[in-house]
Amino acid sequence: MDVRFTAEQRALRDSVAHVVDRLGPRAVGQLDDEARADKLESAVIASGWRELRMAGDGRAPVASAVEVAIVAEELARGLADAPFVGPMLATELRRLAAADADADIKETIALRPKLAELTVPGETAVAIDTVGADTALVVAVDGTVSSVPIQGPRSEVDLTRPTRTVDTSLGQVIGQVGADDITRCEALALAITTADLVGTMQGAIDLTLEYAKERRQYGSPIGSFQAVAHLLADARVHLEGSRTALLHAAWAVDALDARDGLLATSSAKAYAARAAREVCEIAIQVHGGIGNTWECLAHVYLRRALLATDVLGGVGPNLTRVLAGVGIGG
Amino acid sequence: MDFRDSPDEAEFRGRLRAWLAANNPHLPASSTSDEYWERQPDWHRSLYEGGFFGITWPEEYGGHAMPSAYDVIVDEELARAGAPPRPSLGYLVHAILHHANDAVKQRFLPGLINGRDRWCQGFSEPDAGSDLASLRTRAVLDGDEYLIAGHKVWTSYSDLADWCFLLARTDPDVPKHKGLSAFAVRMDQPGVEQRPLRMINGITREFGEVTFDDVRVPAANMIGERGEGWRVAMTVLAHEREPQELGNASRYTKTVQQLVALVAGDPDEYDAEQHRDLAWAIVEADMLQRLVSRRLSDRLDGISHGAEGSIDKLLMTWVEQAVGHAALSIAGGGHDDGDQAMLNTYLYSRAQSVMGGTAQIQKNLVASRILGLPTT
Repeated sequence: MDVRFTAEQRALRDSVAHVVDRLGPRAVGQLDDEARADKLESAVIASGWRELRMAGDGRAPVASAVEVAIVAEELARGLADAPFVGPMLATELRRLAAADADADIKETIALRPKLAELTVPGETAVAIDTVGADTALVVAVDGTVSSVPIQGPRSEVDLTRPTRTVDTSLGQVIGQVGADDITRCEALALAITTADLVGTMQGAIDLTLEYAKERRQYGSPIGSFQAVAHLLADARVHLEGSRTALLHAAWAVDALDARDGLLATSSAKAYAARAAREVCEIAIQVHGGIGNTWECLAHVYLRRALLATDVLGGVGPNLTRVLAGVGIGG
Repeated sequence: MDFRDSPDEAEFRGRLRAWLAANNPHLPASSTSDEYWERQPDWHRSLYEGGFFGITWPEEYGGHAMPSAYDVIVDEELARAGAPPRPSLGYLVHAILHHANDAVKQRFLPGLINGRDRWCQGFSEPDAGSDLASLRTRAVLDGDEYLIAGHKVWTSYSDLADWCFLLARTDPDVPKHKGLSAFAVRMDQPGVEQRPLRMINGITREFGEVTFDDVRVPAANMIGERGEGWRVAMTVLAHEREPQELGNASRYTKTVQQLVALVAGDPDEYDAEQHRDLAWAIVEADMLQRLVSRRLSDRLDGISHGAEGSIDKLLMTWVEQAVGHAALSIAGGGHDDGDQAMLNTYLYSRAQSVMGGTAQIQKNLVASRILGLPTT
């Protein structure tokens, strides 16, 4: 057992941090700065991070889910509004279906409405991470994978990652995946979204700490009052537990069999989903009146956490998966 | 990055598993009955003699100088076999290793590690709980001995102990953190009086109070230098906050496995709320096992966690109390039909947010030392 990151993994984390700290939105107003967003998108394309799950030798992914989680976490910390979760899952589906992509088409995935399930039985689905995307991959319950054009109206619960409904009857079949492939893809989705939640928590805590040290009331920084300090300490503990659960989940995606990988990732996702809502609510609370205004970034973190939570489900669906994993229900 | 065993680790795990198949004493759940504490010293010696306790400590004191990862394997296998947890002594061992002179180490560490000597920890006093540095037990030099007088309370294991790891004031005229020293004090001598305290779950052999009425202690029994007591105490407390040191993960996992068996045996008997409590207990206990792996891996880089121990202590508290809530809701409710051991497991879980520094003190430490928040 040695669960330390390798030197390459640490370097990867630093390189993502370097990009997102430079080009991510640092204020709510910068979300509308298209020149900045374009530069971020170009940097992400140039980095090759979206290719981490492309097929390498023997169709194994070129990098493990640990690397994917490292990138997802750092992008979330910096509120990156360049797609990552959606394209990664589309790449994974194409790898598992042995269906190569057209490099000119930007692709994401669509999930069952409410987003908690990967497989879509019906006519409509919801595409996630749709900035710049042309098409979304949809998995039917029988494992058929189709490509669907993205046309529907935008919804912006998450200000950094709009979703759009798609009409699956317009889909063109691109391949087929098996039941184990679906489970593996679900595990990867849970690991990436857990990483997204961890990064979101880190960003929200950084933002809030800075404020708690500067904002003064009764002649002192508000962070010096125990009632406020204990909220922030709680937030930090939630983050540490989530990061710990994530480390194992990200490793489990490729190292364990499909069923155990799903159990490990659903356990981590449940933990991080509960934690992230709590942490983002603390961020808003500590910001006080300012925290309840649109201009404060705290709600952007909360909104990002809400979307990451819903993709493959938050607390409820994942506790159900955890119980199923030990032979109860499911 | 790999959570799996190396070949050497797998070999060790196999040996331990075989040993446990023959040597599991099947004690009652820890800290839920006095029978547990009566039989625990035998378990300590048996585990040591089997070669599975104190394995990461130096060979000269009876350890095997193995990497810390092996303690994770011990905890996992004890939980898997439903065996008792390994004894929680690491914090005393670390404090003696780190602060004491060679003579003190040679005298006390072997017996502490091999289970020959039982130790209790005399820190808290009736008027010095969270504000430990204000303690009033005094130690006055008289020739080559110290005369010790004072009152210790909430003393873990005082009932069974041969020795007390005592914190006393040797210099009343300097600032309160600077006038303390640590001692090894024999419990079976005139002037030492031990009285058990009954915990809220009914057990009487884990927790007590001790009075010292001008007890003579050789100056050679001082642990660390005169005036170093606060730093010694901080070393003890830092390690007492670390789940990897305490071996608690196996205790929680064992309870969770029992609860899973109950619910899986008759799922319809349990409602949605009970299912949810169980699922959270599984998720929390999973997380703590991974935390232990993470921290022990960090030690390979020589990283030891000071202030971060407070985060780990809070995480461990949340886990123990989630498991306690599941034990209460699934098996141990306030009705006569409940499983007494599960009810006692729940009641004992309330102590985790107090022992080794309250949750509120830990949050103060996280805020000031890790988050860098100003203090008023």
